[in-house]
Amino acid sequence: MSGRARALRWAIPLAVVPVLVLLAYGFRTDPREIPSPLVGKPVSRFALTAFDGNRVALESLHGQVVVVNFWASWCYPACYEEAPSLERAWQTYKDRGLVVVGVNFQDKDEPAKRFLTQFGHTFPNARDPSGRVSVDYGVYGVPEAYFIDRKGRVRFKRVGPVSDELLKQQIEPLLAEAA
Amino acid sequence: MTPELGYAATVAALVLAGYGAGAAAWSSVNGRGDLRLSSERAAIGVWLLITACMLLLVYAFLTFDFSMTYVANNTNRGTPFYYRITALWGALEGSIILWAWMVSLYTLIVVARYRRTQPQLYPWALAVMLGVSAFFLVVMTIAAPPFERLSPIPDDGRGLNPLLEDSGMITHPVALYLGFTGFTVPFAFAMAALIVGRTGDEWITITRRWTIVAWYFLSLGLLIGGWWSYHVLGWGGYWAWDPVENAAFMPWLTATAFLHSVMIQERRRMLKLWNLTLIILTFSLTLFGTFLTRSGIIGSVHAFTQGSIGQFFLAFLALVVLGSFSLLAWRLDRLRAQGELDSVVSRESAFLLNNLFLLAAAFTVFFGTVFPLLSEAVKGVKVSVGAPFFNLVNIPIFLALLFLMGVGPLIAWRRASAENLRRNFLTPVAAGIVAAAVFRVLGVGNTLALLCLGLVVFVAGTVALDFYRACRARRRTGDGWREATWGLLRRQNRRYGGFIVHLGILVIALGVVGSQAWSTQTEATLNRGETVELAGYTMRFLGLQASKESNHFKVTGTFSLADGRRLVTVLAPAKKFYPRELTGIAAVDYRLGLWEDLYLVLGEFARDGSHATIKLQINRMVSWLWIGGLVLTLGAALAIAPERRRAPSLPRAGRRAVA
Repeated sequence: MSGRARALRWAIPLAVVPVLVLLAYGFRTDPREIPSPLVGKPVSRFALTAFDGNRVALESLHGQVVVVNFWASWCYPACYEEAPSLERAWQTYKDRGLVVVGVNFQDKDEPAKRFLTQFGHTFPNARDPSGRVSVDYGVYGVPEAYFIDRKGRVRFKRVGPVSDELLKQQIEPLLAEAA
Repeated sequence: MTPELGYAATVAALVLAGYGAGAAAWSSVNGRGDLRLSSERAAIGVWLLITACMLLLVYAFLTFDFSMTYVANNTNRGTPFYYRITALWGALEGSIILWAWMVSLYTLIVVARYRRTQPQLYPWALAVMLGVSAFFLVVMTIAAPPFERLSPIPDDGRGLNPLLEDSGMITHPVALYLGFTGFTVPFAFAMAALIVGRTGDEWITITRRWTIVAWYFLSLGLLIGGWWSYHVLGWGGYWAWDPVENAAFMPWLTATAFLHSVMIQERRRMLKLWNLTLIILTFSLTLFGTFLTRSGIIGSVHAFTQGSIGQFFLAFLALVVLGSFSLLAWRLDRLRAQGELDSVVSRESAFLLNNLFLLAAAFTVFFGTVFPLLSEAVKGVKVSVGAPFFNLVNIPIFLALLFLMGVGPLIAWRRASAENLRRNFLTPVAAGIVAAAVFRVLGVGNTLALLCLGLVVFVAGTVALDFYRACRARRRTGDGWREATWGLLRRQNRRYGGFIVHLGILVIALGVVGSQAWSTQTEATLNRGETVELAGYTMRFLGLQASKESNHFKVTGTFSLADGRRLVTVLAPAKKFYPRELTGIAAVDYRLGLWEDLYLVLGEFARDGSHATIKLQINRMVSWLWIGGLVLTLGAALAIAPERRRAPSLPRAGRRAVA
């Protein structure tokens, strides 16, 4: 065996070194902490078709406080727990300039519609068939909610279900701000 | 007193294991028999001491010795008797003891079995196994000590994680760890073969049965894990591509590849390097799995306790991977294949393809599992891939594997003739196509499901055809059908054991297809007396009852299910409220059936019992998974039974006269 081949064979054990380094790097990170790079940045715009056939365009909501909620009918129980709170928040604050927009995440049409009927949601709910909006927003898992101020910037991101308290606590300051 | 005794036993076992490993290694370097004998005694001592540790811990659990952190964390006075015993492996520290104990037990069996028969490989294998035991004992001593004192002593413990109070959790860890630790034996002999330089198929012959045993327990562990997930967690599924599930699935994939590729080495003297690589990968992946689940570097729904244990496992993993691959590189000259691939249309190439697909599956699972880490390291962004990725990539791979499962066992070695192909495959292929067409006519619209059904019929056809022919051949020698069948199973147990395992996998595949394609579900909030309909069933909400259990408070709903004419069953899903848990834990109620399971989860409810939210699922053919597990058990048992016949049925084609 030539010298070169002799040296090359050590490439076998060396090949695993990067993997080990990567795993060691894992100690420096916290998998549960998922900061959203979007917070503080202008929101990425979208225009989707709602379940009732209307168009939901974020651009047309400029000047209003928007809560974009990503949900799925298969997301049980979290999405089911938060659903009534979202409707309540929408009912409470819609006259003061709040819009809740639901975006259906990786779901089938039938169960998604049943979900909406079950909770009697009156705020706009849109399909995201290509998943593009979910990807743009960096949705990690449902439910997730993004709170957008009147200037169109993401101000807060919630991973997991929202409660009445949390919605109140996040929405009221945003509503108080000037456009 | 118990903690001190336990700690002393742990340290003593560690010292003995370290000494034994060194003594066994040194004895094979200079051939000193007395040292070897001494290392064997050390192995016995290690087993006795770890057994003592386990018994001490069980005693502490049974007597509610809350002076020990581990006991206080995992039981309270309300924990039922049997869960107090199995709380032993209810959390990290105890699991490590169980793990170490299994390795030490396997070591004893290796000593008993190979002491006289394998003078060359055995001492090194013993050294490796004691070394592995030593690692776990180091973890027990430093990183995850089970015998830690708690001060001040609490009146009552925190209790076992309520989700673990289930029969599945009694058996699942045991099966899984028997699988994980079982691969230590083939790994140890592989290392011994590399160190000594006897890289022929000796180590493979020795460890064949061990590999099947470990593979079987790992399969069983995965299936029981699926069963636990299905009937406890209440989401109606059995597999979620969670990192922890993936961690156990990866070694299963490489071990399956290994089980198949050793057959080519035995027959054709090929793939020596490949087989060694596979067993190193399998063993490393068992460690990687533990590292992944216990280090907390990747988020998972399985919330395990974490500590410094991750660093220990990573260090050991590095040692194992670098050490074993360096040995491999060092012995590369001796790992040349003696046979070579003659034709693409041959059993060798079918097996090779099977290996490539299995490895590809293992790689994609690995990649998907560590992807969050990779993306954060490279781009600083945490991104996770979910079930859609794993399904998208793996479904085609598994379909291809199904196809090869039909081809591999029947296609000729070396070079398959057109006659061989026609004779073995014409009928099964036709049966597969006809079956797919029939299912299409019967209304199966899903293409993947049709493809899978066709492939299952094809593979089952090849097995049936082969078995029928073999029986018929034996019948010519005058046996009746029954004797012919029995004789065949007994004489060619390895071949037909493998076939039965294949049938088990087919049954599992049907379960997966059925549950994915035909399950249906609905959610509803019902007032008392109201009904909801799903798939021909009418379910009525009868009421709620509250009850006080030994360690929790329970609200049970009663629901009747009728199928139009008559009452089918009454289901009573519950929600359990444990004092230390913030939210209630759903207790699913279900009625299992061959074709469909009725599966009911209780969600929110009104305190006065006037209404309740439920999720009703009709899960189709999930039982086939568990039935497949039973078939798998039969096949594995047959395959590891002592062989009746030494020589294989075909001439050893690869063994040429070497001048």
